[in-house]
Amino acid sequence: MSLIHSLIDYLRGSKPKSASVARERLQVILAHEGGRGAPEYLPQLRQDLIAVLCKYVPVDPEQVKMHVGRHDGYDLLELDIVLPERAGNGH
Amino acid sequence: MATVVVVTSGKGGVGKTTSSASFATGLALRGHKTAVVDFDVGLRNLDLIMGCERRVVYDFINVIQGEATLRQALIKDKHTENLFVLPASQTRDKDALTEEGVGRVLDELKQEFDYIVCDSPAGIEKGALMALYYADAALVVTNPEVSSVRDSDRILGILQAKSKRAETGAEPVREHLLITRYSPRRVEIGEMLSVEDVQEILRVPLIGVIPESEMVLQASNSGDPVIHANGHDVAEAYRDVVSRFLGEERPMRFLDPDKKGFFKRLFGG
Repeated sequence: MSLIHSLIDYLRGSKPKSASVARERLQVILAHEGGRGAPEYLPQLRQDLIAVLCKYVPVDPEQVKMHVGRHDGYDLLELDIVLPERAGNGH
Repeated sequence: MATVVVVTSGKGGVGKTTSSASFATGLALRGHKTAVVDFDVGLRNLDLIMGCERRVVYDFINVIQGEATLRQALIKDKHTENLFVLPASQTRDKDALTEEGVGRVLDELKQEFDYIVCDSPAGIEKGALMALYYADAALVVTNPEVSSVRDSDRILGILQAKSKRAETGAEPVREHLLITRYSPRRVEIGEMLSVEDVQEILRVPLIGVIPESEMVLQASNSGDPVIHANGHDVAEAYRDVVSRFLGEERPMRFLDPDKKGFFKRLFGG
C-alpha cells in the first residue's frame, strides 16, 4: 500500500481494507486447522483441550491458540491460552 | 518418461477445467503429445470446454471396465496436433473409478503420451482423490478469495499425505500454485488478496497468475480453450504457465492495473 493510498484512506476516513481482513482471517483459521505438515490429530486435540479447560475455568475458545512449528530442529507445540479475568476480588 | 499432472483445487468454480484445457493445449502446441483426462464422473464438462462434446462415444469408465479400448475412447482434438481428450462418463457412479483401474489406464496412456493432464472434480471425495493419486506434479488452482485459499491448503495437505508418491515415500509431488481470476485493479484498492498474500499463506512456488477476463466465458461459449485467444492477456498468461512448467524463465505479467485509468482513479475516486 503506497503512501498516497494510505493518505487517501486517511482523508476519507475509510475502514481497514477487506483484503487485509481476509489475509488475517486466513492466517488465523489455517493455524487453527493445523495446516499442512501438522499432525492430523491437531484439531481434535484442540477441542479436547478446550473441553478440559472448560471443566475448571470458562475459557473463550477463540482465545485458545495452538501452533505446531519447528524450532532449533525440534517439533514444537505452542499453546497460548488467555484465561478470563477473575470476577470479584480484583485479580 | 511420461508425466502425470493433476489440476486440482478443492473448491469448485475456480477454473480447474478452463486451466486443464488451456494447459494441455499449450503443452501440445509446444510439440508434446498430451492427453487430458476428465475425472469428474457424472458431471462431465471438459468435453464442452474442449469443444468435442458431440464426438464422445466411449468414456474413461468404459475403458476402465474393458467395454472399450483406450484408442476408441480418446478423442483427437480438431485444431491441435498431439492433443487428445479422454472424457468422463456422464451416467456412471464415481465408485467406478477404482485405484487399480485408474492406474491401469494411466499406465497405458504413459506408453503413448509425454504428458497426461488430470482434470480433477471439486471436493475431496473419490473422484478428486483418484485424480491426484498418481500425480507427479500438481497445478493447484486458487482464486484470491478466502474459501478458495483455505480449500487449496487442504488439497495440498492431501497431496502430501494421500498421493501415491506420499504413500510410497517417493519424491514428493511437484506442487505449483496457479492463481486465477486475478484482478490487479481490485488488489490495488485493497479489495482482493494479492499474489504475495496468497503465496505467503500457501507457501507453494507460483507458476502463474491468470487475470480475470471476459475471454474465458467467450472461449467456453465457443468450445475453444482460451489459450487460443491470441493477443489476449489470459491466453498469454496460460502460454507463460506452460513455458514455466517446461522449465523456461518467464517474468510474471499482468500483475499491474492498466496504467490508463490511473489518474482518473486517483482524482475521480
